[in-house]
Amino acid sequence: MALLQISEPGQSPDPHQRRIAVGIDLGTTHSLVASVRNGIAECLPDEHDRVILPSVVRYTGEGSGRQIGFEALAGQAADAANTIVSVKRLMGRVRADVHDVDNLPYTVLDTPGMASVETRVGPKTPVEISAEILATLRFRAEDSFDDDLFGAVITVPAYFDDAQRQATKDAAQLAGINVLRLINEPTAAAIAYGLDQASEGLYAVFDLGGGTFDISILRLTEGVFEVLATGGDSALGGDDYDRALAHFALQQGLGDHAPAPETLSNADKANLYAAARKCKEALSADGVTEATLSCPLDSGDVHVTMGRDAFAQATEALTQRTLQAVRRALRDAELDKSDIDGIVMVGGSTRMPVIRDAVAALFGQPPLTNLNPDEVVALGAAIQANQLAGNHTGDALLLLDVIPLSLGIETMGGLVERIVPRNSTIPTARAQDFTTFKDGQTALALHVVQGERDLVADCRSLARFELRGIPPMAAGVARIRVSFTVDADGMLQVDAVETLSGVQAHIDVKPSYGLSDDQIADMLRDSYATAEADIKARAVVEARVDAERMILATQSALNADGDLLNPAERAVIDEHIAAVVALKSSDDAAQIEAVTKALAAATEPFAAARMNRGITQALAGKNLNAV
Amino acid sequence: MRADQTLSLQANDFELFELPEQFKLDLATLTQRWKALQAQTHPDKFVAADAASKRLAMQWSVRVNEAYQRLRQPISRGAYLAELRGHPVNAEDNTAMPAAFLMQQMAWREALDDAQGDATSLAQLADETANAKKAWLSEAEAAFDTTADTAQAVGAIRALMFIERFLKDVNQQLDALTP
Repeated sequence: MALLQISEPGQSPDPHQRRIAVGIDLGTTHSLVASVRNGIAECLPDEHDRVILPSVVRYTGEGSGRQIGFEALAGQAADAANTIVSVKRLMGRVRADVHDVDNLPYTVLDTPGMASVETRVGPKTPVEISAEILATLRFRAEDSFDDDLFGAVITVPAYFDDAQRQATKDAAQLAGINVLRLINEPTAAAIAYGLDQASEGLYAVFDLGGGTFDISILRLTEGVFEVLATGGDSALGGDDYDRALAHFALQQGLGDHAPAPETLSNADKANLYAAARKCKEALSADGVTEATLSCPLDSGDVHVTMGRDAFAQATEALTQRTLQAVRRALRDAELDKSDIDGIVMVGGSTRMPVIRDAVAALFGQPPLTNLNPDEVVALGAAIQANQLAGNHTGDALLLLDVIPLSLGIETMGGLVERIVPRNSTIPTARAQDFTTFKDGQTALALHVVQGERDLVADCRSLARFELRGIPPMAAGVARIRVSFTVDADGMLQVDAVETLSGVQAHIDVKPSYGLSDDQIADMLRDSYATAEADIKARAVVEARVDAERMILATQSALNADGDLLNPAERAVIDEHIAAVVALKSSDDAAQIEAVTKALAAATEPFAAARMNRGITQALAGKNLNAV
Repeated sequence: MRADQTLSLQANDFELFELPEQFKLDLATLTQRWKALQAQTHPDKFVAADAASKRLAMQWSVRVNEAYQRLRQPISRGAYLAELRGHPVNAEDNTAMPAAFLMQQMAWREALDDAQGDATSLAQLADETANAKKAWLSEAEAAFDTTADTAQAVGAIRALMFIERFLKDVNQQLDALTP
């Protein structure tokens, strides 16, 4: 898309105006923000010229109350219980579902909906903690450009489920960020890599981060990034290698006296894992075959020399889990490993020689490591953000991504009826018919689950809701159509309708895990806006921004396809635009919203006509090419 | 409003991709048109657009993906085509199958039971079933596109549905053997 024409009556359009759009990699270990400047994607540095922000938040209870990034990390050794690392592991999870929760060096609380962390300033949710990190990156971007952020593309592991995606979106909203799109980390990496190398063909992206593992198989052709299959484990990453190594060293160093790892104090855990991580990183350097893991603990000092072989042995089970996921993804894509033209390595943990060797052995070719595995995800997200914001003027990219996990409904006997199979291209919608099993049944409970197993108990529960008011009928007569809609962010909506009576129910899959809008509003009140006036002001600002967006969108549509309208139709739309322009500076949020809505309604038939034109042109173009 | 409209959301899958309403299909053309349509309708193209355009984009993009999924796989394509021609496959109620195929099914099931854990026999069984799949695909194509015998084509599609499920079981056992 060309630069949008931004013009108000009486003002000339400014061709240099661009929207500040960034890509954010919100990682388990560290996070980055990148943007396209002068046609090149680059990571934005902080004032000390560091692009990496450790994903660490420490609640100090003094001053601003918190430290974020390097400062927080430096305070971890002394204050582990209030220093939250790897918060990504807790996103969208209840305590019981957090992998290896007892080994985290802080206290995780079993709060309803989502786990939270006990700190000296009270319990903090993973969403609030992540929002601190996101807000820090937002301010970094706004300082870099000396302008407000238009929006951000935020990356999530491809294998994140609905609850984890929702939690990420909630965190962004809390940080005051307009989320243009959530995109999958391996897909983002493929964009950065594919554009950099002008590659075409079949690629596997192997993404092992601090706490998550993804494998995606993509076909790259002429700017189209088509994800054929994706797989992984949202609780497998470099952290697990640290832990496996730490536990191995604990055993080796203290022998029979070794305490059970989960009984260590928070400070000991933090120190031991930090030492293990240092040892792992040392062993990953070129030419290093041995490193020492040394750490004082309450129960005695651990001092162990590790060779590469011992490391490989201690972490063998983890590496095998990644390879299993790769094999399944290949099978889902109906490809053989020999079909793959290249393997792109992403995530700091792919620096480990054990991983590089295992991947090379599986595919029979060395993986590609020419892009910085820490930065490539943020860079790809920045390229996509620039496109989505409408800044990009060259050839358009097209991302065709898939959902990582099947979605279904619980049926009789605790079984899962799959409605949307995994690896379906998004956006997608599927429907399935169900019926009542009792005479005169007037309600039907629906339980939405995500996962590959046949038993509900083995899948993740996403939401429960009820369709009520079904007229009494004999068992098996009612026709209840359950529709699943997955949008381009990979987020699910479920609708149920009894087709004979028309009784309906709808749910945005949110309440059982994500935060309600009220909760978000409460948190916003607590953390950013304190006074009543601020909240009102915010509503007005948001309404104005929406009005502005609506005017711009309509004008650019009129510029492109105004010929579809006859003068009378055009006049109606122009009148509505004028109404919004007249009111958009008012201080009444409701009034601004009302005229914006009216404009949206007035342009609906025009939008339909434009879409038809686009589709007709798409087919016409391809027909010419095909002849 | 000017009517340069040729397609609606109600167009059938073949019309949507401007492909002939038949079983034989050029996958490359289908994929190319799928991408061309997504390039016009994908919600990513409408992030900065008005709400009406966003909603329409979502509807169209979903519709295009649905049609692509269905046409891409021969079994779902065949079932869809049969329905368009007035012979729904009705997998649940219509269980009539040629006796010879039923015998074949039983023989395969027995072979699968006997092959428990033996990679060579499993691989052999997978090959054999894959060959049968090819034969049934040819039969479906001939019945749909040459003799226009939809009832016979439906029989072939139903046989293919069985083979697909069976192949999945075989592959599952093969996977269990891969370390």
